[in-house]
Amino acid sequence: MAKYLLLKHYRGAPAPVNDVSMDRWTPEEISAHMTYMRDFATRLEGTGEYVDGQALSQEGTFVRYDGEGRPPVTDGPFAETKDLIAGWMVIDVDSYERAVELAGELSAAPGAGGKPIHEWLELRPFLGTPPTVTE
Amino acid sequence: MSAGVDEARIRSLTPSVLGILVRRGADFAAAEDALQDALVEAVRVWPADPPRDPKGWLVTVAWRRFLDAARADAARRRREDLADEEPPPGPAPAADDTLNLYFLCAHPSLTPSSAVALTLRAVGGLTTRQIAQAYLVPEATMAQRISRAKRTVSGVRFDRHGDVATVLRVLYLVFNEGYSGDVDLAAEAIRLTRQLASSIDHPEVSGLLALMLLHHARRAARTAPDGSLVPLAEQDRTRWDTGAIAEGVHILQAALARDRLGEFQAQAAVAALHADAPTAEETDWVQIVEWYDELLLLTDSPVIGLNRAVAVGEADGPRAGLAALAALDDSLPRYDAVAAYLHERDGDLTAAARLYAVAAGKAHDLAERDHLTRQAARLHTLLRG
Repeated sequence: MAKYLLLKHYRGAPAPVNDVSMDRWTPEEISAHMTYMRDFATRLEGTGEYVDGQALSQEGTFVRYDGEGRPPVTDGPFAETKDLIAGWMVIDVDSYERAVELAGELSAAPGAGGKPIHEWLELRPFLGTPPTVTE
Repeated sequence: MSAGVDEARIRSLTPSVLGILVRRGADFAAAEDALQDALVEAVRVWPADPPRDPKGWLVTVAWRRFLDAARADAARRRREDLADEEPPPGPAPAADDTLNLYFLCAHPSLTPSSAVALTLRAVGGLTTRQIAQAYLVPEATMAQRISRAKRTVSGVRFDRHGDVATVLRVLYLVFNEGYSGDVDLAAEAIRLTRQLASSIDHPEVSGLLALMLLHHARRAARTAPDGSLVPLAEQDRTRWDTGAIAEGVHILQAALARDRLGEFQAQAAVAALHADAPTAEETDWVQIVEWYDELLLLTDSPVIGLNRAVAVGEADGPRAGLAALAALDDSLPRYDAVAAYLHERDGDLTAAARLYAVAAGKAHDLAERDHLTRQAARLHTLLRG
């Protein structure tokens, strides 16, 4: 088993095929999208492959240490060009192929016109722990 | 927990048992650990062998656990054993123990998250695992938070009461967390506030209990089957819990009659006016505005100002609401959502749609964001049509 992070971006990913922002969909299309996402997570719980999923606010700040006795430096909100993560799902699957298959399904969630969004999701393998048996 | 054991009933004994242990000379942190062990034991043993005196059973078992732990501790440090026989209870009446615990767990030296966790464990009798699940943090994290909180209050006198407002703030925080995981925090907050109300006579305690009951009464109607939020005006009022509303109104009226108005009573009064209206159109917005004026005198909270602007919009028309809104800081959370609502009522759908989308981008929870996005989508669809 290997864990993968599926990252969804507000900004920074290539544009999806069906590129209409959600507030321009119809309420029914939003409902259909939500149902699809919820069913997807429920199905992965059923197959024992779901680990975690969270959505992030659009607002965020960069922070760094600025030396002894000084308050940290903050920067943000982010410039329009910067990458911005919208949320993630962590899955625990048997193979890379399975992870790609699931990411593909998630990207097919319906959007405007009830058609798949074809959204680009970033698939990142976790660095695991070394195996107990090495030979 | 096992069927046949009334978990809430066992847990309701927690504060008085803990109070007895502390008055016998156990320090709070050790007594609390011993009682947690006894509660786990109770859940295991009681279904097959229910005690005749549940409280006495818990006191005996917890005290034994405390002595075992103290002895093990003492042995480790090569000290003398503690006396084996049970010392007599101290002079303080048991009824005060519950109240003492509420104050200790909400002590001003604790951070809000620590006070909440300690209250749920020491007063509520929940396990660390249940509290961790409810707040979606790892169990080890919650265990650390609770043990740090216990260390923080270790030097605090058990029988000194502070301001009851600190206790109410903690209970209000628990209630507002709602329900995730298998513990219903809103119901637990109501149980704890009800228990507090039975040990102290204070109109604001009643006010908070009434406020919780009136909000809880609407819970079933607040979410659609697909999980989306249903705003107050669109809720199916036949799904409101009339029993909880009647109880909340009754408690509130008795509190208001004492003429010591406070923030929670005034908020409960607003909730009661909503509960009173058979339809959204029949809501007495004029009275609601008056209660918000009272609230502003009591708290001067900008969030109250925002709610007042909505009420003014209903009572005197959207233009009046927008004027009230213009007097407030536009960086307030939900400012854009309120502005969007008032602009829509005023007929400016384009501005409303834009503001709903902006508000969705600033939303603090998923359900609210989805709701606001849907509002923007609804208006954009209308404008296209």
